[in-house]
Amino acid sequence: MKKKIDVEYIANLARIRLSKKEIDGFSGQLADIISFIEKLNKADTKETPPTTHPLPLKNVFRADTVKKSLTQEKVLQNAPEKRETSFKVPKIIEES
Amino acid sequence: MAEGLYKLTACKIRDLIEKKEISVDDVVGALTERIQKTDKKLNALISLEKADLKSEVERVKQNKGGALYGVPVAIKDNICVDGRLTTCASNILEGFRPPYNATVIDKLREKGALICGRANMDEFAFGSSCETSCYGPTRNPWDTDMIPGGSSGGSASSVAADEAIAALGSDTGGSIRQPAALCGVVGMKPTYGRVSRYGLIAFASSLDQIGPITKDVSDCALLLNAISGYDPKDSTSVDIAVPDYTKSLKNDIKGMRIAIPKEYFVKGIDKEVKAAVLNGIKTLESLGAKCDEVSLPHTEYAVSTYYIIAPAEASSNLARFDGVQYGLRKKGKSLIDMYKDTRAKGFGSEAKRRVILGTYVLSSGYYDAYYLKALKVRTKLKEDFDKVFKDFACIVTPTSPTPAFKIGERIDDPLSMYLSDIFTIPANLTGIPGISIPCGFTKKNLPIGLQILAKPFNEETLIRTAYTFEENTDFHKRKPDI
Repeated sequence: MKKKIDVEYIANLARIRLSKKEIDGFSGQLADIISFIEKLNKADTKETPPTTHPLPLKNVFRADTVKKSLTQEKVLQNAPEKRETSFKVPKIIEES
Repeated sequence: MAEGLYKLTACKIRDLIEKKEISVDDVVGALTERIQKTDKKLNALISLEKADLKSEVERVKQNKGGALYGVPVAIKDNICVDGRLTTCASNILEGFRPPYNATVIDKLREKGALICGRANMDEFAFGSSCETSCYGPTRNPWDTDMIPGGSSGGSASSVAADEAIAALGSDTGGSIRQPAALCGVVGMKPTYGRVSRYGLIAFASSLDQIGPITKDVSDCALLLNAISGYDPKDSTSVDIAVPDYTKSLKNDIKGMRIAIPKEYFVKGIDKEVKAAVLNGIKTLESLGAKCDEVSLPHTEYAVSTYYIIAPAEASSNLARFDGVQYGLRKKGKSLIDMYKDTRAKGFGSEAKRRVILGTYVLSSGYYDAYYLKALKVRTKLKEDFDKVFKDFACIVTPTSPTPAFKIGERIDDPLSMYLSDIFTIPANLTGIPGISIPCGFTKKNLPIGLQILAKPFNEETLIRTAYTFEENTDFHKRKPDI
């Protein structure tokens, strides 16, 4: 049986606005994909540890020294909106 | 002399320039003419700003030499070049000019290469057909009704059509090897950690790797030499010595043990592909290799595992495209509205689909069932390979289960599109290196690729095996009629 996925709820978590048409289309496609990937349940992994990464990685440390970095001007060069040395965004805090 | 220069390999171009028989201007001139002639049909290159090309030529001329001196390389549009448009073929990065170079760009330039164009791709590298680009699909030079493969479809198509001497692509689930196979060129995904990912716009950080797409195996070795190595800016790049890969260009595989996994020749694989790859295996045997059937029993789970892990990582990586720091912004009443509308407008269908799928498998209540389970199966896949590599130097398989398919054929059926990567995905999940080389053609004259896989950091084995095959066959010499 195919799983029903609440696409609208997930899209809200992912911060994407979807049209009604998109929600309907994705619901069917994602249900197909999910029922396909559920075949993983057949694999016996009771004793198996997870692999998060292909290489056995360790923490990488470096000396805490100041190095040359990008200038503020360069960092802001692609900003859709900026003010002085900052990225500008819509107001986040409501006035009381 | 300048006529037909675009047909040459990187090695040949470099040698001719060194001998002063041709100039960098000759090469760039011939290539520009070629691009004008063929790219209208292919749409392989999406932004080639004339002023940029001029400055590239000027810059190269200041170089004294280098292993890639004067070699024009096309760069997939998800690799950052300082000040140059880099869009991932997505509307959300419209007009984006990175403030720095990817490490591979600095490395290529150090060796004297010049950037001759930005290669089209599936949006954010999400796809196996190069159809999801916001610039429209790239076409296959062998048959322009067909897809070139993806996601590095522009890189493969431009090299196959002689619009670029070589190219860089990126490979997360087969995105270098599968288009190389479908376009009849050589494509390598190096071991995870061999090449710095700094400046590669991330899709799935534990799977992504940059690699070369070239006209032959010698060029592959040359480019791999140039881009490999530890980079302090990428903490997942590995600090082990880089061998000179051109030393592995040896026509000798006598006594080499090659594994043929039976799970890669099952039903669903195209008959002509199967026949060509089996023929290729016979060729390797005739050259002295010892080929034996082996089993990689968890292969059937690879695609499912990948389509949990890759979208999960992608959904997190793509959170940065929110209209704040770069690219598109749709104004909204609140910050949340701005995010939602920007992403609604900026992302194409497949990008939305993958971000939603990734968010779903990571969401509360599903994490253990999907994501954690996939990570465990990933371990199983790794154990399969480890076992085989105890006895064998490499593994030979088809690169793709089918030759190039028609544009539009699978675009509305994501699951059938995802299955295009069935033979390439395991290498990304396990980090091992893989190469695809031309091994035949279908009756309709579409290229077929053979994939070779080896142990981590054993690119030398791939190059030696691929070179031996190439020296004794002539599939790589055939050119599309475009």
